[in-house]
Amino acid sequence: MPDSASPVVTLSVNGSPVAVPAGATVAVAVAIAGQACRRSVSGEPRGPLCGMGICFECRVSINGTAHCRSCQMLCEPGMDVRTEK
Amino acid sequence: MMDKDSQRRFDVLVIGAGPAGIAAAVRAAESGVRVGIVDDNATCGGQVWRGADDEHGPDAATWGTRLRKADVTQLFGMTVFHQPETGVLLGEGTDDLCELRYTSLVLATGARERFLPFPGWTLPNVMGAGGLQAMVKSGLPVRGKRVVVAGTGPLLLAVAAYLRKQGAEIPVICEQVSWSRLARFSVALLGHPGKIGQGLRLKKDLAGILFVPNSWPMAAHGGQVLESVTISRSGKTEVVACDYLACGFHLLPNVELQSLLGCQIGGGYVQVDDFQQTSVKGVFCAGEPTGIGGVELALVEGQIAGLAAVGATKAAQKLFGERRRARRFARLLDRAFRLRPELRSLPSAETIVCRCEDVPYSRLQEHRSWRAAKLQTRCGMGPCQGRICGPATQFLFQWNPDSVRPPVFPAHVESLATVVRNIGVSQ
Amino acid sequence: MVAVQLPMDIVYTNRRVGDTLLKTHRSAASMRSAFAARPMNIATYDVVIVGAGIVGAACADEFARRGMRVAVIDQEIVGGGATAAGMGHIVVMDDSDAQFALTRYSQQLWQALRPELLSDVEYDQCGTIWVAADEEEMAEVRRKHDYYAQRGVPTTVLNPQALRRLEPNLREGMAGGLLVAEDAVLYPPCAARFLMERAQKRGAELRLGASVVNIGHGRVRLSDGVEIAGGIIVNAAGAWAPELTRGVDIKKRKGHLVITDRYPGFLRHQLVELGYLKSAHSVTSDSVAFNVQPRRTGQILIGSSRQYGAEHRDVDQVMLARMLQRAQEYMPGLGPMSAVRTWTGFRAATPDKLPLIGPWPGDKSLFLATGHEGLGITTSLATARILVDQITGAKPEIPIETYLPSRAVKEVAHA
Repeated sequence: MPDSASPVVTLSVNGSPVAVPAGATVAVAVAIAGQACRRSVSGEPRGPLCGMGICFECRVSINGTAHCRSCQMLCEPGMDVRTEK
Repeated sequence: MMDKDSQRRFDVLVIGAGPAGIAAAVRAAESGVRVGIVDDNATCGGQVWRGADDEHGPDAATWGTRLRKADVTQLFGMTVFHQPETGVLLGEGTDDLCELRYTSLVLATGARERFLPFPGWTLPNVMGAGGLQAMVKSGLPVRGKRVVVAGTGPLLLAVAAYLRKQGAEIPVICEQVSWSRLARFSVALLGHPGKIGQGLRLKKDLAGILFVPNSWPMAAHGGQVLESVTISRSGKTEVVACDYLACGFHLLPNVELQSLLGCQIGGGYVQVDDFQQTSVKGVFCAGEPTGIGGVELALVEGQIAGLAAVGATKAAQKLFGERRRARRFARLLDRAFRLRPELRSLPSAETIVCRCEDVPYSRLQEHRSWRAAKLQTRCGMGPCQGRICGPATQFLFQWNPDSVRPPVFPAHVESLATVVRNIGVSQ
Repeated sequence: MVAVQLPMDIVYTNRRVGDTLLKTHRSAASMRSAFAARPMNIATYDVVIVGAGIVGAACADEFARRGMRVAVIDQEIVGGGATAAGMGHIVVMDDSDAQFALTRYSQQLWQALRPELLSDVEYDQCGTIWVAADEEEMAEVRRKHDYYAQRGVPTTVLNPQALRRLEPNLREGMAGGLLVAEDAVLYPPCAARFLMERAQKRGAELRLGASVVNIGHGRVRLSDGVEIAGGIIVNAAGAWAPELTRGVDIKKRKGHLVITDRYPGFLRHQLVELGYLKSAHSVTSDSVAFNVQPRRTGQILIGSSRQYGAEHRDVDQVMLARMLQRAQEYMPGLGPMSAVRTWTGFRAATPDKLPLIGPWPGDKSLFLATGHEGLGITTSLATARILVDQITGAKPEIPIETYLPSRAVKEVAHA
């Protein structure tokens, strides 16, 4: 499991750099950045619920592709992650 | 049309890389046939063995090693979404579409949590019990954070113990069953010595944590994120400040792919024979989809399925006794942790039940069937395809779900536009 | 007391059929059947409509509006058949003068209804653009433009630049298109429910989950043996209509649809390729055509396909793939989109592509309101109007001969 002793990956969440342990998922990077992943149909902030790719609440845009399940994707250096505002 | 290198052919294809899938793939591969294992997670282990091997005890390490040694093609980050014809599954990877041809298929698709709606449950940092555990295993820091654990079943204890080891503070564990049910469960555990050992270890890990039966979450509060939870404790309410709520009400089998393939489903579980074969010839199923039973049952069912898939019936039969013993515990679990009717009254009129489409409880109450509610409110029409709201509405209203259509997970339009050629051509 | 003149010269009047019966029914002005006195315990209505889809619901609404006692029966739910499966496109069509008259009349009725529609009906006058891929199709664009102009339907011919401005996600190289700005889209299950609830507010009764085994001669018999009586029976059962009325020439025409996740702003109008007309014309072969709709939710609804002879509901992978490949040919940006659901439905198709609206020969009580193929949503309101006009003796707004069921019946067994 990734921990503070692991090598670090730097990516961008909503334009700001975030450093996470290697092996962390994009959902974790968004959480560490203090952001919600998406806005619901009625505008509520939402974050991961199931942690396993079922609930689709963790959807973010990654490198321009919308609707990516961030809990299923490992962080890569330089990734551009955008959440729904 | 697809490129040649996104077509793969296996003698045995295993879907799901949790304990059951790993066991099936290893046993099949050790007989010398061509085996592939697919999982939509980025790494191996499914839910219960997510993360490093050494945290999960000797079984995970052993099987992890056996998998590495066995000649199994591992396809991770791949979501299987359709069977365009018999003997072929389509899977979407991060960048590509893969046509997976197989002779025998083992479906070890695991389980997901049941979520019950209550006011505020949609706040960020309200997660499943297994959900928060998965996030922490994926790198979410919880050191110094307050986590309320709530819901039902032994999973809560395992999650609480794990989170505590990662430095979280657990103010309370709320178990919805009563003391008397728990007492009966503990007595019944005497018949399962291995489980008693596990239980005692857990007891040690959880020393000092307040464990409260007859209690459940009533509401989550906060502005942009969770700040506190109101819990019910034997009729009284109490507000607990916290950073996370890890909340899960049982595990449910993932049977959508099996349903799409035409496997017979009974009482929500995939029906299998002694050799873990479903009603569809050549399609096997092992682990939680045949009955929630935990790691031990998943491992033995997975092995039986893998052996049966390569025709090693005698070796499979040798495991029947172990499976019988593991199944007894599964049935015990199921009986002990029934959901209490008070949980049906948790949602208020405004509580959102379908999270994909923001459909509140009051709008659903007007309808008498899942299909009517779905068409009129869009409940269940979102990308989760009813996996979250379906079980909730089944519990709240006794609605029965629809039949399954492709894609069993959302897939790209261009993937659905694939026509599979070379029907009948052997490779 | 209400006396009503029917085309067949039968006059219906109020009639006492028994004290018990009168006590159990409301006293509003109503017609009673002219048939022999019924047993005391049969529920009796002026109109019994079989089928609670958009057409049945529109008919219920219209009959109730004119003061008649209505019962609507459906084997499942309101709007659960083709109504649930279809695209909800309100469109004028010009395959024939008869088709134009019905679609235009009905489109105008929807426009008039618009202010009363609830928000979940999601009525949106986004307009249709008929897309021309080549010069041959542009000639068709100009023909349509002239045809509509002569009949008071405003349309705009679009050159490739104008088309691109309106729909930037269409692929390069299109020859142009025709914008029909008054066309609209809505969400059919909620529209059907809206009409049904309006009818219920005026006293219409709805019986769901009731399987009908037999209709005719003033009676509707359910599978549990219960009988319901009506001076008028309306078969609005869509693809199931022939099962209830033998001799109705309707065949199931299976269609596929796909809906994506939310991509707001990608698509602004309903887009239909002009080749659609070739697809809808064919009576024997399977076909696909580019047809996409922007939903209020920001989701893209992708169609369309037509198959004859396919009886099962399963998604047909070959047809689905053909349909999606066609769609990507017109809008490549659809390819990477997340497709969330697929489904199928059965259109009720007649040989001459016009619906059956009016009396069924050989049974004075029986009327049809069915066979709408892909235009059920559009023409539901007009269907209800002209059906009820025929029954009450009012003059329909458009000529109705081409929709009469009697046109299609070659041999009629007279009572």
